[in-house]
Amino acid sequence: MTRTLWDSTVGKKTIMAVTGLFMLGYLVAHMVGNLKIFFGPGEFDGYAHWLRTMGEPILHYEWALWIVRVGLVAAVVLHGVSAYQLSRRDIKARPAKYVHKRPRASYATRTMRWGGIILALFIFWHILDLTTGTVHTSFEAGHPYQNVIDTFSTWYGNVIYIVAVLAMGLHVQHGFWSAAQTLGVGNATRDRLLKTLANILAAVLTLGFISVPVAVMTGVVS
Amino acid sequence: MKLTLRVWRQRNAEEPGAMATYEVDNISADMSFLEMLDTLNEELTLAGDEPVAFDHDCREGICGACSLVINGDAHGPERTTTCQLHMRSFSDGDTIDVEPWRASAFPVIKDLVVDRSSFDRIIQSGGYISAPTGTAPDAHATPVPKPDADFAFEHAECIGCGACVAACPNGSAMLFTSAKVNHLNVLPQGAPERETRVLDMVARMDEEGFGGCTLTGECATACPKGIPLPSIAAMNKEWLRATRKVRR
Repeated sequence: MTRTLWDSTVGKKTIMAVTGLFMLGYLVAHMVGNLKIFFGPGEFDGYAHWLRTMGEPILHYEWALWIVRVGLVAAVVLHGVSAYQLSRRDIKARPAKYVHKRPRASYATRTMRWGGIILALFIFWHILDLTTGTVHTSFEAGHPYQNVIDTFSTWYGNVIYIVAVLAMGLHVQHGFWSAAQTLGVGNATRDRLLKTLANILAAVLTLGFISVPVAVMTGVVS
Repeated sequence: MKLTLRVWRQRNAEEPGAMATYEVDNISADMSFLEMLDTLNEELTLAGDEPVAFDHDCREGICGACSLVINGDAHGPERTTTCQLHMRSFSDGDTIDVEPWRASAFPVIKDLVVDRSSFDRIIQSGGYISAPTGTAPDAHATPVPKPDADFAFEHAECIGCGACVAACPNGSAMLFTSAKVNHLNVLPQGAPERETRVLDMVARMDEEGFGGCTLTGECATACPKGIPLPSIAAMNKEWLRATRKVRR
């Protein structure tokens, strides 16, 4: 069954759908966690600390967090490799372009590949910035509240983040509905419901994530 | 009507092709698009030129032989087959681009004619049912629920013209394959091969070099028979069910 999945275009799309939904679930949790910044440094830093102690005493310190991280890396790799292989195949299947060009598909649909590449690059940047602090100007481990404010006090920190979040919103809008089709959940009667859900998810995630840099820029959070 | 046509000319599969420009005059709005091309070909023949090769057969919109990407749209601006497209959909003085279906699984044979035998091989891999031969069974021998019959008929409308592949930016045959799979898989007559059908037809589709589905919806928009986009989701469901049931 594993071979059938990996060798088939439909199977690879299934892998993309499942890993995509897993990452989407993580995004929702991440976004909700970010909003704690509006309740001050105590609550935000406390939440960040809890993420490391979660699962105790069954699990050791940071174990739960590392399990999530390993799962996410696996999801990103499987999603990316499948997307790369399918894209190569798709481009090969349509070598000659039409002379008469016309606009095709929605913006979200057309930007899935570039949007995905932007998101992959952003994930690297984001981890180096706010997890390891490698590219951060004044990183202090254990003080995420101050680190976030410092990141969004630089123009490039804001630009990179907001561009990535907009790409994420578009990716989720087409991706969520697409995943439902790939997993065979979509049908004619559910189509409107699934499209509405995809739009709501994309809008809520985009607004939720963007609210943090906007709050720092406007001085609501300082 | 007086029209300027820009038509893809290609001598054979090996030589590269190019767009050629022709002027046609005295075109009636009541002509079909193919009759307009017939007019052009008559003029070309009289002038001693090679007529434009294009596929056509019934000219009633039911056989699936005609093709043509007209102004970037498979089967042109109306939701019908090229043979049922009439010149009243265009205006006097228009420039019309006419191109063949584009997909690596549909190689150009000549001018606007492409080889669609990859579709035949997808059908051969599972688009059939096993039925005993002999006298025809009574029409009511196998009861079929009305919603299932409607679902099957909606998908049976596919005429296999390939507009879905031509319109798809990935050259994917998912809408064609899903129409054929859903048509037979929902019926009791198709039940014995329900799992192998979907697995074999999807595998054959991949082998033929069609692209994957990114759910752009271009296929369903181009389909002259209105095969709906959720057809693909229904096939995905069948495929996932079959991978769980069949051990290979």
